[in-house]
Amino acid sequence: MKVGVLGLQGDFREHLQTLQSLEVEARDVRTIDQLNETQGLIIPGGESTTISLLMERTGLMDALQKKAREGFPVYGTCAGMILVAKEVTNYRKSYLSLIDISVRRNAYGRQVDSFEADLNIKSVGLFRAVFIRAPQIERVGAKVEILAEHNSLPVMARQKNILVSSFHPELTGDTRIHEYFINMIKKEA
Amino acid sequence: MEKQQGTFKVKSGLAEMLKGGVIMDVVTAEHAKIAEDAGACAVMALERVPADIRAAGGVARMADPRKIKEIMDTVTIPVMAKCRIGHFVEAQILESLGADYIDESEVLTPADPENHIDKWKFNVPFVCGARDLPEATRRIAEGAAMIRTKGEAGTGNVIEAVRHMRLMNKQIREVMSASFEELVHLSKVWGAPLDVLQALKEKGRLPVVNFAAGGLATPADSALMMQLGCDGVFVGSGIFKSKDPAKRAKAIVMATTYFNDPKVLAEVSEDLGEPMKGLDIATLKHEELMQTR
Repeated sequence: MKVGVLGLQGDFREHLQTLQSLEVEARDVRTIDQLNETQGLIIPGGESTTISLLMERTGLMDALQKKAREGFPVYGTCAGMILVAKEVTNYRKSYLSLIDISVRRNAYGRQVDSFEADLNIKSVGLFRAVFIRAPQIERVGAKVEILAEHNSLPVMARQKNILVSSFHPELTGDTRIHEYFINMIKKEA
Repeated sequence: MEKQQGTFKVKSGLAEMLKGGVIMDVVTAEHAKIAEDAGACAVMALERVPADIRAAGGVARMADPRKIKEIMDTVTIPVMAKCRIGHFVEAQILESLGADYIDESEVLTPADPENHIDKWKFNVPFVCGARDLPEATRRIAEGAAMIRTKGEAGTGNVIEAVRHMRLMNKQIREVMSASFEELVHLSKVWGAPLDVLQALKEKGRLPVVNFAAGGLATPADSALMMQLGCDGVFVGSGIFKSKDPAKRAKAIVMATTYFNDPKVLAEVSEDLGEPMKGLDIATLKHEELMQTR
């Protein structure tokens, strides 16, 4: 099994290091050929506008959308969650539209409002989460399972092969959410 | 534990999110929009680009708050702004405006002859310039959550950024091979705080993100700095002092992601129009250098 991390922009190195610490084969993905080597993909934190422009310029947007609609597992963190959401309420468009949620970009405010907080995550447990200029999940569809909330708002969710979190487990050194995603890939395979 | 804001993890974390990206200097909301549409991961709001600061002379200060607000209202990507070295009140003002990052920058005229800002006192993160590892470690000790090479801003000449990056790399290798007592000695001769050197050695790299800045003007310049090991790039005058800023900006974004792929670099470098003219560093007098501030 090889797990990809979209390496166009953002903190992909931290995701790769987390996967490698779990002794999982991992690689950065910048082309469609590289995407096709992998059995699952993490879209890291970063700037969703930058990552989306690069995905469009390289054809990765269409290629990934097609694969994910056929069951390929994808985990989007922060910017990655914006990219896989069905709707981005305060922006001009949606991108991959893979999970039935509506998200609001930068909903917690500017950088000075970024924060750390403890979450209780379903089938993971207590988790110290880092939110950086984070997006908020404003609506979840009937088929979406909420895995964690903060202040009564969902911050982690899953619909079949698509997992999202508005926070950054890759910055914490805690590998449990990556393990959860690896289990999703194993079940898919 | 309760919700916490302004922690070092949160401050340095935003820099982690900017990695692999291009931060572009902008002086108007219109510039900012062009930068965002080209794929900039953040913009730096300032009164004039460094090349114009150089040409104008006089004292360069923090930008007009109205300009910063206009830029923040126009783009959704992070907005950085510059304050003078040591001018903690300019920094307080920028924090209250909601700037996402403050650059305590040698491009502006320094306000304190000896001291930099105590950056631990702020919830907003800071980026600072450095010419070598000792300078970087002092800035980190003061609370900087991100470092960039100083290079020589406003010249369109990459040589100083290369000099600073290579020197930092060499000094990092020195730290990596040093025993504890040698590290204490390095700390003394370099004027570098020992705890930061220890953190570096433990991590195997600088404990915060390190971008390249100061003189980058082409996609190849950006890829050069990325191949030398920096985490991302700042482009100042290089974009909006060129003939076709939108096209050049897009090309530099592509080059920063595909820095290891000469085919892509060739493609994006084609037909970009006139770059900024640029300056030979050797023609600058010592007092005209910004990096020594």
